[in-house]
Amino acid sequence: MKYISISNNQAISLDSIPELPYGEFLESNVGMLTGSPERHCVNYFGFWTEAYSSGEPVEDLYDENKNRKEYGENVKLICCIADDKTHQIYVSSATVDPEVVYESFTARNHNFEKYEREMHEIFRIQYNNHPWLKPVRYSHDRADKAETIENYPFFGADSHELHEVGVGPIHAGIIEPGHFRFICNGEQIMHLEIQLGYQHRGIEQLFLQKKKLAELTTLAENIAGDTTVGHTVAFVNLWESLCGYKPGRSLHFSRTLALELERIAIHTGDMSAVCADIGYQLGNSVYGRLRTPIVNFLQEWGGNRLAKGLIRAGRTNFPFSGKLGARLASILDEFELDFNEMTSKFFKLPSALSRLEKTGVVTYGQVLEIGTVGMAARMSGLNRDIRSSHPFNLFGEEFTHEPVIKHHGDVYARVRLRRDEIHQSIGYIRKMIADIPEFTEAAGVKLNPQRNMFILSLVEGWRGEICHCAITDNEGRLGLYKIKDPSFHNWMALAQAVRNNGISDFPICNKSFNLSYCGHDL
Amino acid sequence: MFENIKIWWHQGKQYIPDVTNAKLPGIFRGRPVITRSVVDEAALVELCPTGAITGNPVCIDLGKCTFCGECAFRFPEKISFTSDYKLSANVREHLVVKEGNDKGIAVEPAKVRKEVRSLFGRSLKLRQVSAGGDNSCELELNACNNVQFDMSRFGIDFVASPRHADGVVITGPITANMAGPLEICYNAVPDPKIIILVGTDAISGGIFAGSPALDREFLTKYPVDLYVPGNPAHPLTFINGVLDMLKKNNLTNRKYD
Repeated sequence: MKYISISNNQAISLDSIPELPYGEFLESNVGMLTGSPERHCVNYFGFWTEAYSSGEPVEDLYDENKNRKEYGENVKLICCIADDKTHQIYVSSATVDPEVVYESFTARNHNFEKYEREMHEIFRIQYNNHPWLKPVRYSHDRADKAETIENYPFFGADSHELHEVGVGPIHAGIIEPGHFRFICNGEQIMHLEIQLGYQHRGIEQLFLQKKKLAELTTLAENIAGDTTVGHTVAFVNLWESLCGYKPGRSLHFSRTLALELERIAIHTGDMSAVCADIGYQLGNSVYGRLRTPIVNFLQEWGGNRLAKGLIRAGRTNFPFSGKLGARLASILDEFELDFNEMTSKFFKLPSALSRLEKTGVVTYGQVLEIGTVGMAARMSGLNRDIRSSHPFNLFGEEFTHEPVIKHHGDVYARVRLRRDEIHQSIGYIRKMIADIPEFTEAAGVKLNPQRNMFILSLVEGWRGEICHCAITDNEGRLGLYKIKDPSFHNWMALAQAVRNNGISDFPICNKSFNLSYCGHDL
Repeated sequence: MFENIKIWWHQGKQYIPDVTNAKLPGIFRGRPVITRSVVDEAALVELCPTGAITGNPVCIDLGKCTFCGECAFRFPEKISFTSDYKLSANVREHLVVKEGNDKGIAVEPAKVRKEVRSLFGRSLKLRQVSAGGDNSCELELNACNNVQFDMSRFGIDFVASPRHADGVVITGPITANMAGPLEICYNAVPDPKIIILVGTDAISGGIFAGSPALDREFLTKYPVDLYVPGNPAHPLTFINGVLDMLKKNNLTNRKYD
């Protein structure tokens, strides 16, 4: 056996993951992706073997200066390949020594580019043929503290014709920090390099330091505030499976409902932002104000406009009632009326369409090579949607999800994708609130994670695939927590999208992707 | 043309005429009220994910609170959250709500620097800096300028450059990687200038407090003029806090239609 095959949210014993020699590990995982667009790498990470097996409390991983202590010499790598056709995830592992130089996965398949950069940054694993071994996020536990975010090694253009434009980390609007370095020929972008890491808060490490479930849930809620529901659902699904707890329909119901509401709210807000970036005031105002009734409904339901506090493992403080269902139905009726009126105007406005069509194109070949997920895959004909490929909560049980697919890979495709997904989500919600389950969850459930387990949880947030992985130690404490926001893959698609476009079209390209900085930097 | 007019007509009036007295829909977890009833204080303190609750007497520090409401669900006789969204203060200690105290939170006029009201009373331009913010407070600060909250009507705007700004609005727990750029931005704002901290993460570090990836030294070097709690801070909490600081609350009752 070269791998163990698991389904989404299935907890397995850590020892059951086959360990291969590195060469075989590389051939097996890269080979699985070759010629198979239905497969992609959902997570690939490493951890110090000694730290894990020593059984020491995890806070002891840090010395008095809060620096990570060096543990042993070997790093265990775990690679997870998802197969959308069989709905399975293939997990395999290998142990490597940072003193030895290895062949990179990336030289054979660019899907692995960022994972290997991350492992080089944290464990100093050396590769002889990685094309782009730059720091990912200047994480506080990086191996080389001398490398700092101020001296990131950008590509430069040594030419009299070309010039460079640096943007960020502080941008013109109210958005998160990141640095964009353009190499331009006049107004035309030849190359864009995106440097991130400014938002790094050390979340994965905090997951190991914090002990209370309330703390872990709060951490999950704060990974990316615009995807509060997505990340929290990924966490609670994972945690319940890890503890061997099976939630009832009412919990699945509220999670699915919240996820689709979040999708509608953010997609609508993004359509407003795209209108703002092409100077279309009416669209900006109307879509912008249409986000409000949806987020206000989340507040009516759970007391917070971004659904913080709504999702909890094994329970909920806010059972969804018939009264809320009726209220939501009337909000959606009004929403749809205004949304459709605005949309029919926007999508036939020549001055708007001319800015959207053929702007920021990413081809099918490019997204496949990068390994994008979610909207950034579906915009170019690559069918990647966890709701259909690795279903969770009510998906697969009560809904057979048909992903919305577009083919042109331009800003227009991304805007139409949002429009269609809003309609689709409204349809799902209408169906759900026609049959609201009685809240039946048992009170005071004790959730204790099993020992020496590995688990992987996938959720389709509004941006795309969210992946959380956890490993517990021999006392049932978290020994490792890995978070992957869809932005981890998709930033590279933005960098490709803007090539050969005018630099003035960068804002609209950026907004049409709306990627997460904090979700990437963690 | 006619289609545009139709859309305008159908949208009606969206703005909130009176932002200081507006009622929020449904439940909203705003300012908590703590009764004097006796509960298991140790369990209550232990419950809080961010250590915002302290015992004897029971207090909630809104600068640390994530407003998850867990304490109110577990100890309903002790703690309840009101829908009062006016939570901003210019004195850090005023964010601490004590048991038996049901007074609103407000800016203490004597502690507001003179030039703040005299220079910025009619027009305040702010530069927002996200320093590890999770994009929730950023979304709400953006919402302050949408057609509903329409903060620009009070002469308060976010501007693109620190050179054009009268102060900085900081969100996020201030990461080590962002500490340098934040200071450069602050230094680029001409004097006199103000600092507003928005959200639990910015005020205390929130759930990230103590993380080795943070560097909060900036806050020990420069004075903070306004604390706006929330996770994220509601647009009305921010708008009312700034109006309170500028003493412009009397303007908001003006009829606009």
